[in-house]
Amino acid sequence: MRFVDEYRQPELVRGLVARIGERMSHTVYTAEQPLQVMEVCGGHTHAIFKFGLDKLLPPSLEFIHGPGCPVCVLPAGRIDACVQIAMRPEVIFCTFGDAMRVPGRNGSLLTARQQGADVRMVWSPLDALAIAKNNPDRQVVFFGIGFETTMPASAMTLQQARADGVENFFLFCQHITLMPTLKSLLAQPDVRIDGFIAPGHVSMVIGQRPYAYISDICHKPVVVTGFEPGDILQGLLMLCEQYVDGRCTVENQYRRVVPDEGNRLAQEAMDRVFITEGASEWRGLGVIDDSRVSLRPEWSAYDAEGRFNPDPQPVADDPRARCGAVLTGRCKPADCPLFGGVCTPENAFGALMVSSEGACAAWYQYRRSEA
Amino acid sequence: MSKQITLAHGNGGGAMQALISGVFVSAFDNPLLATGEDQARLALSELNALGDRLAFTTDSYVVDPLFFPGGDIGKLAVCGTANDLAVSGATPRWLSCGFILEEGLALETLEAVVRSMADTARGAGIQIITGDTKVVPRGAVDKLFINTAGLGVIPATVEWGVTAIRPGDSILVSGTLGDHGATILNLRENLGMEADLSSDCAVLAPLIAPLRDIAGIRTLRDATRGGVTAILHEFARGSGCGMTVDEAALPVKTTVRGICELLGLDALNFANEGKLLLVVEAAAEQQVLQALRRHPLGRDAAVIGRVTDDKQVRLRGLYGVSRILDLPHDEPLPRIC
Repeated sequence: MRFVDEYRQPELVRGLVARIGERMSHTVYTAEQPLQVMEVCGGHTHAIFKFGLDKLLPPSLEFIHGPGCPVCVLPAGRIDACVQIAMRPEVIFCTFGDAMRVPGRNGSLLTARQQGADVRMVWSPLDALAIAKNNPDRQVVFFGIGFETTMPASAMTLQQARADGVENFFLFCQHITLMPTLKSLLAQPDVRIDGFIAPGHVSMVIGQRPYAYISDICHKPVVVTGFEPGDILQGLLMLCEQYVDGRCTVENQYRRVVPDEGNRLAQEAMDRVFITEGASEWRGLGVIDDSRVSLRPEWSAYDAEGRFNPDPQPVADDPRARCGAVLTGRCKPADCPLFGGVCTPENAFGALMVSSEGACAAWYQYRRSEA
Repeated sequence: MSKQITLAHGNGGGAMQALISGVFVSAFDNPLLATGEDQARLALSELNALGDRLAFTTDSYVVDPLFFPGGDIGKLAVCGTANDLAVSGATPRWLSCGFILEEGLALETLEAVVRSMADTARGAGIQIITGDTKVVPRGAVDKLFINTAGLGVIPATVEWGVTAIRPGDSILVSGTLGDHGATILNLRENLGMEADLSSDCAVLAPLIAPLRDIAGIRTLRDATRGGVTAILHEFARGSGCGMTVDEAALPVKTTVRGICELLGLDALNFANEGKLLLVVEAAAEQQVLQALRRHPLGRDAAVIGRVTDDKQVRLRGLYGVSRILDLPHDEPLPRIC
């Protein structure tokens, strides 16, 4: 299959693994004091576990699994607000598939549907807009979640709704932005992250420039990386080369998809509709400054929160869960006392178990016999 | 007769009798059904001549959409139940069918489904010999549900079952994986993929029949809902053994792989409606493979793994790293990004 198989070939993978091993031998890192690389994105985490890439690499290199799964970091209270809106008889609540099972305090959107709510799975916000057009007597809410990968589509859908004069379409905005989270992680004491491979699809939108803070201010190298095994290993190799050469900069492994400046049209669409200001709550990470994405005032007519006023639903994370320690490399998923017992994919307590792309869920799915 | 199903078609009166004789009896057309009794009467002497045990099974069919490339709910209702019989080594002979119809269903839709059932059954040497019809108010079911139960006879020489599985045995599949699941997902969710995507819905009895003469067959299953992963877990649970399959050996069509890559799903978990998963003694592996490949339904058959003694179901990936092949708790949902 084109654009997949050529980046999965065993010879390619073996060659890259050998070169990483060779370059690592020129660094100070050892099995006891490994180079700790955070793969920010849940897509990377899933690929690393699925293909067993970490098991191919020398023990002097260790992956730290990052917070970049939008479903995992969705606070339980926001799901409760979704359920409250979805249970209104006039509402059709539309969501991406993997948000349907995220547990809130009072169940998930899937349980709301079982109780009679009209919850529909869609593949794009435009599908939700079409539902609004076809049901003028109902109020259609689209649950906007995700990083910069999904924000442009939400923004463009609202612009389309306005252009078409659709008045029964609303966005429940839980979009989040990546950079404040990384800054917050790096500001924690005793952080053990040496460098990053950054998600290629986010950079397809935002480009490379936002990562300059991490390389220039925090002095951690960053390589924007694709999602196939060949991409991930090449991204790691580029990171290794930076250590060997004593460089610290932002590089782009995913040039076949990611222009250095990102996608200007998408950026403009996001800027026109969304504003990032104020603090926001993240499941597993707590409240993070400057990470709140909201609709600009001129789009308030489309804001589901303003229209339906769900109650504020603060839900504290279970203090026994060690999500923060996993995210900073202080422990592995299986070291958490809740892992695999109290906290499983069927009954997720901690953030990283919520979606299949979370570090703990991936570990549970692929590695639990080693726990 | 009106062109839509009405509640009168299920009330036991003249409309119902007209529906039964005009649609079902004429399409299924066999002497046992034509007697019009409340039950089909089967000669024990005929059963005794075929083997020494009855195989008996039932399944319900609620697929949406009713018609899809490669089949429809009627064909599925015959194939699914016939295959559940055939994997025991039985020759499927008789089916019952129960219809639950939604008021307002187009009569021509029902006729098309019944025609498809009749054609599929006739092609496989199966008779549909008794049945039932209910009509429920609009909205109480989605268009049309079918239940079929089946009877077959197992020859005295065949003893297939999961308890016969031993470490070292070979695991085979009879063809490409996930075709039915991907086809239905594509239609249901309007994914818009068209090329080379068709359900594998088929009666597997002719593919299985030659296997009865081969020594060393441990067990077979048709990998329907839950796909190959679910059957591997059933084999592991039933035998107390482990199962390891090799990712590079799995036969999957490019279009099905494409859907999986796009949505973050796994063809091993997709439903099949015309594929066998077999465990055979290692010494019989090549003979079974050749027997499968001789039949058009088995031309893509492959050896995909081995039975182990570690009690786990594992997948060995493209780079030799082995990982757990987990049984999904629920139907997997597509990822956001």
